[in-house]
Amino acid sequence: MTDIATMPQPVSFGRRIKRFMADRPLIPLIILLVILVVILQILRPGIVNERWLANTAKFAIPLAILAGCQTMTMLTGGIDLSVGTVATMSAFIMATQIVNQDPAVAFLLAMLPAVLIGLVNGIGVGVFRVHPLIMTLGTSLIGTGFLQVYQRTVIASGAKIPDFLNWLGTGVTYGFPNALLLFVPVAVLIVFMLNRTGFGRLLYAVGDNERAARLSGVRYWQVIVALYVLSSLLAGITGLLYIGLIKAPSLSLAEPLVLPSVAAAVIGGTSIFGGRGGYTGTIIGALILTVLTTLLTILQMPEGGRRILFGFIVLFVTAAYLRIVEDR
Amino acid sequence: MSRFIRNQGWVAGLFALLIFLFVTTKLIQPGYGSGDFGSLARAVLPYAFAVAAQTVVVIAGGIDLSVAAMMALTSVTAASMMNGASEEYALFVVPFVLVLGFVLGALNGVLIVVTRAPDIVVTLATLFVLQGAALLVLGAPGGAAAEWLKASVIGTVPIPGLPDWADAWAPKALVLLVVCLCIIWIPLRRSRLGLSIYAIGSNELAAFRSGVPVARTRIIAYALSGLFAAMGGLSLTISTGIGAPIPGPYLLASVAAVVLGGVALGGGKGGLLGPIIAVFVLRLVRTDLTLLAIDPNVTAIIEGLIMVAVVMFGAFITIRGRPVGATP
Repeated sequence: MTDIATMPQPVSFGRRIKRFMADRPLIPLIILLVILVVILQILRPGIVNERWLANTAKFAIPLAILAGCQTMTMLTGGIDLSVGTVATMSAFIMATQIVNQDPAVAFLLAMLPAVLIGLVNGIGVGVFRVHPLIMTLGTSLIGTGFLQVYQRTVIASGAKIPDFLNWLGTGVTYGFPNALLLFVPVAVLIVFMLNRTGFGRLLYAVGDNERAARLSGVRYWQVIVALYVLSSLLAGITGLLYIGLIKAPSLSLAEPLVLPSVAAAVIGGTSIFGGRGGYTGTIIGALILTVLTTLLTILQMPEGGRRILFGFIVLFVTAAYLRIVEDR
Repeated sequence: MSRFIRNQGWVAGLFALLIFLFVTTKLIQPGYGSGDFGSLARAVLPYAFAVAAQTVVVIAGGIDLSVAAMMALTSVTAASMMNGASEEYALFVVPFVLVLGFVLGALNGVLIVVTRAPDIVVTLATLFVLQGAALLVLGAPGGAAAEWLKASVIGTVPIPGLPDWADAWAPKALVLLVVCLCIIWIPLRRSRLGLSIYAIGSNELAAFRSGVPVARTRIIAYALSGLFAAMGGLSLTISTGIGAPIPGPYLLASVAAVVLGGVALGGGKGGLLGPIIAVFVLRLVRTDLTLLAIDPNVTAIIEGLIMVAVVMFGAFITIRGRPVGATP
């Protein structure tokens, strides 16, 4: 009798899986990534080689950095939809200013709109309490307008891609893409910041329970302004990296990365409601999406189909996480 | 009672602003006449339907980010169905597209009710999905519209008993807009369903305890939003003669007009008249900027700035209106 009484309640299999996924979200993600690579290898035997790995990494890195912006803003319950415009602006300004200017000056000029847009986003969200989605969408529209006006004024001077960005974006050394030189420090910095510094903790605190955070003396608006400026700066740097990879400055350069960057952060286990998640999962999410894109290209799925799939992924994963959290 | 006066006061103020803008326009361009008013009404048409779509959902306490994508999808569907088809076939296309919008909108509502995820997340996901679907229907701008449909927004409506000069100020586009909105809005406002929509937006829990079927009302609100968006999509196809799969700037414009029109973003307050007047105000500002011979790209920037400022102002008012210490 006593044996039965002290025995733990039997837990159903489905529930155990749910709990496992909630506790260690990285493991199912890595399994998914491996499955995708295996499917790819089956569809096109021999495709998975050293060159393919380097190529996948090259395309996953800009996506992963932008997804880092989404991860950080999502931790506070926000989102940053202006990253695409910011990245495009800094890339375009860099490519046109480098023609006449010193590289350092061009770099500073390229980063200026990023800081400004981040500042406006932060003030709108932190001080005026506009929903981040609406705010960042608005600033991205304004940014695109400015870029169009800017394009008119510099149309004569032409554009070129600086050799250094070219090397950084496309170069491969000993089988490793040079972009890793930028990505590894950025990733380490974000992970360190989120896990080990006070600022990172504030982000989780604000996203988890804003009222509690305020009552404990957190200056909400300062955290939010700093966050959105940081996010914009990262997006600007991604733009510079991306122009070295794509090599064709246009007014919609980084726009196609916005949707996948949101999807990568959501797949990586960051809750869109704030307070839960981390950057490691996001990196794997970005890799999954890059491999998935290759797979869909091989299957000849059109762009429209890809967007539909990304939309369903975001919806499904969010609903699934909600269920898991409610279950606990 | 005081709330009634305040709301009507807001609409009256907005109307005064509109008159003021008309006077300004007349001062800038003394030749501004009924023909220009007709083109203003045509330009307002898709925006007005987008705003109507947003208003219904916002009153019900939600927000619909998929409005612009829904318009794009319904627009390309109509354009590609009418392409090369007979004039009579359009008689079938119009109701079909309206039903399509209604069903897709209802799907938005069902997804929100079933997944229990916030409106903003679900409609963000459906935004991706609808955008992708629009690209699948029509990869590039194209298609056609039936001649009689195109004629239905050009010219004026002869009103019996009025002199010709008065007829000239009743463009068909405006009459079409008023008729379409009134047919749906006035019966809705007077019905139990309309009351339920206001109730769930005002206080969902209280509405639930008073026996309002919250889930069903929410689904119907989103379905009506889809219906209005489909009208918007049709009006796009009609006025341009083609369908474009890339969503226009209707999302931000609709949110800005809703806020400017005195509908609280929290839900439960406001009507349809305010947002519609707000759309005219926003469009007329654009006309004035164009008449002042300002570069169209700069106009886009100014318009974006105005919309962001309006949304910030609305959010600021919402914080002020809240009791001290309450969480958003």
